[in-house]
Amino acid sequence: MELKVTDYLLYLDGVSVAFDGFKAINSLSLTIEPGEMRAIIGPNGAGKTTMMDIITGKTRPDTGDVLFDGTVDLTQLDEAAIANLGIGRKFQKPTVFEMHTVEDNLRLALKGDRRVFSTLFWRDSTPEREKIDRILDTIRLGHLREASAANLSHGQKQWLEIGMLLAQDPKLLLVDEPVAGMTDAETEATAHLLKEIAKDHSVIVVEHDMAFVRELDCKVTVLHEGSVLAEGALDHVSADQRVIEVYLGR
Amino acid sequence: MLTNRFLAMLDARGRIFLGVILAAIVLVPILNLVVPTGSSLHVPTWLVSLMGKYLCYAILALALDLVWGYAGILSLGHGAFFALGGYAMGMYLMRQIGARGVYANPILPDFMVFLNWKELPWFWHGFDMFPFAMLMVLLAPGLLAFVFGWFAFRSRVTGVYLSIITQALTYAMLLAFFRNDMGFGGNNGLTDFKDILGYPVQSDMTRLVLFLLTLLALALCYILARAIVTSKAGKVLVAVRDAESRTRFLGFRVEHYKLFVFTLSAMMAGLAGALYVPQVGIINPSEFQPGNSIEVVIWVAVGGRGTLVGAAIGAILVNLAKTTFTTGALAPYWLFALGALFVLTTLYMPKGVIGTFAEWREKRREKAVLAANASTTPAE
Ligand SMILES: Nc1ncnc2c1ncn2[C@@H]1O[C@H](COP(=O)(O)OP(=O)(O)O)[C@@H](O)[C@H]1O
Ligand SMILES: [Mg+2]
Repeated sequence: MELKVTDYLLYLDGVSVAFDGFKAINSLSLTIEPGEMRAIIGPNGAGKTTMMDIITGKTRPDTGDVLFDGTVDLTQLDEAAIANLGIGRKFQKPTVFEMHTVEDNLRLALKGDRRVFSTLFWRDSTPEREKIDRILDTIRLGHLREASAANLSHGQKQWLEIGMLLAQDPKLLLVDEPVAGMTDAETEATAHLLKEIAKDHSVIVVEHDMAFVRELDCKVTVLHEGSVLAEGALDHVSADQRVIEVYLGR
Repeated sequence: MLTNRFLAMLDARGRIFLGVILAAIVLVPILNLVVPTGSSLHVPTWLVSLMGKYLCYAILALALDLVWGYAGILSLGHGAFFALGGYAMGMYLMRQIGARGVYANPILPDFMVFLNWKELPWFWHGFDMFPFAMLMVLLAPGLLAFVFGWFAFRSRVTGVYLSIITQALTYAMLLAFFRNDMGFGGNNGLTDFKDILGYPVQSDMTRLVLFLLTLLALALCYILARAIVTSKAGKVLVAVRDAESRTRFLGFRVEHYKLFVFTLSAMMAGLAGALYVPQVGIINPSEFQPGNSIEVVIWVAVGGRGTLVGAAIGAILVNLAKTTFTTGALAPYWLFALGALFVLTTLYMPKGVIGTFAEWREKRREKAVLAANASTTPAE
């Protein structure tokens, strides 16, 4: 058993990454408690998506530590290994499997054995069906179960991707701009859904929409030029002079 | 229960396909053996062998469609796996010649005696035993595909780059098999076969049986491929094809899935090659020519990528056209025709013969429904 270095579920310390000399993430430090929900805001290009790329193994940081569960060094693992540890991700641009039906998208995401020979001999089962039914209810796509994911609207794809996260049932969910392109009513419903999910999962949400962030009612981290500018309650950070300058004041 | 599962796995297209194969298994022997030679219904043995050759190509096309159509791996080297399977079968057939060769050496094939070799190279041992040779028909291409895929898929080589290195693979094999000291008969390859399992290779009956076995192999390969693409693993493959990186973030080891399907497909190609060699009577390095592998891609594209049945039909149609073309005055223009065919299907029939036909039928059905609705609506 490895020694637990920290009690945080996610621990980033002094993380930096540069693309052709441009520092997209600049000695970023951030910690997430088990069970916490955290909103991350910041102007375009602040490095929010890049931060998620680092956590999920898509981008290797040049320096810094990224620890999951206090023991696992995420910088040494690839995407599949990190996903199997229990870190799920919803992308900024919704990416679902367009050739598959809504139901099959969820089925592929559903927690379970991911090895070739298990999926080869996989059989449909009632518990699995019921799980998919429940998720379809939650994301309100029950009537589109058999529809090809390519035919969904932008908002529906966002929801399907959240549904896929639910199916994956990870310990930590990374949700990148979930309400982009949604109507007000849809935005509100999404906030509800995320709060529901946050009851038994840790969640990091990146979002621009201030009304939405207010709705989430959680601790907020402001990212700017690849590092943390301010952190705390939304009212506290939005009163911060530097935050107003770089972000809210514009 | 098992039959139910089996039928659920097949779509209407698959049932028709297997039905046609079954009909051919019953009818062709009758038309060849029972119907008298003079009758217009008589199927001569040369035609049986020609069809047998096409069917081998159909299996090869099916194998390629499994990796290209479902996993997005555009292999331009499947001809190499086909040829390897062919060589394994050829080695068995060579050893069956025994002392009946020109030099009458009971162990060494003629070309080895000619090269002044004193003993059989180690890798020729065991090929006098049919079961061992059949094992090699699957293992040799399977192993090559596994090793190649292991490196390529782990380093995440995809798209055009992967296609190019598969071309390089088959070209490297071509050069290697050309060399006399490789021990595979060099330029001339392996030929002058006498018998297979004690039956003369050239006899009408053997040819008919080989044809029937090829039909059976095509049916079995189709059923296996269909079982894979309709399983959950098949859905993962399609997910990899359309959004590889997304699939990784769900926790699937993409490289394992690719390796599995690539290796299996190479073994299918090897089987096709093994059935091909006794029917055409020769295997030589030209089977490794890069152009051969590219032709397979054209068959699949013409028939319909990602449909399995389409791949088989494409292989048969294009080769029918090729035989017709290359035996007439138009022979020198065949490659141009093939190129044009590829360009035209890509532009105007991106779903191939099968896909276009399905679309046309769908449209017609819709029209019929509309017409039925219109006629039941009372006139205003
Ligand atoms: N793979 C990459 N190559 C080069 N530059 C990148 C790459 N990924 C992100 N960047 C740059 O890093 C900066 C941060 O991007 P990003 O993390 O997407 O910002 P955000 O999500 O906060 O809007 C941007 O300037 C972007 O252009
Ligand atoms: Mg972003």
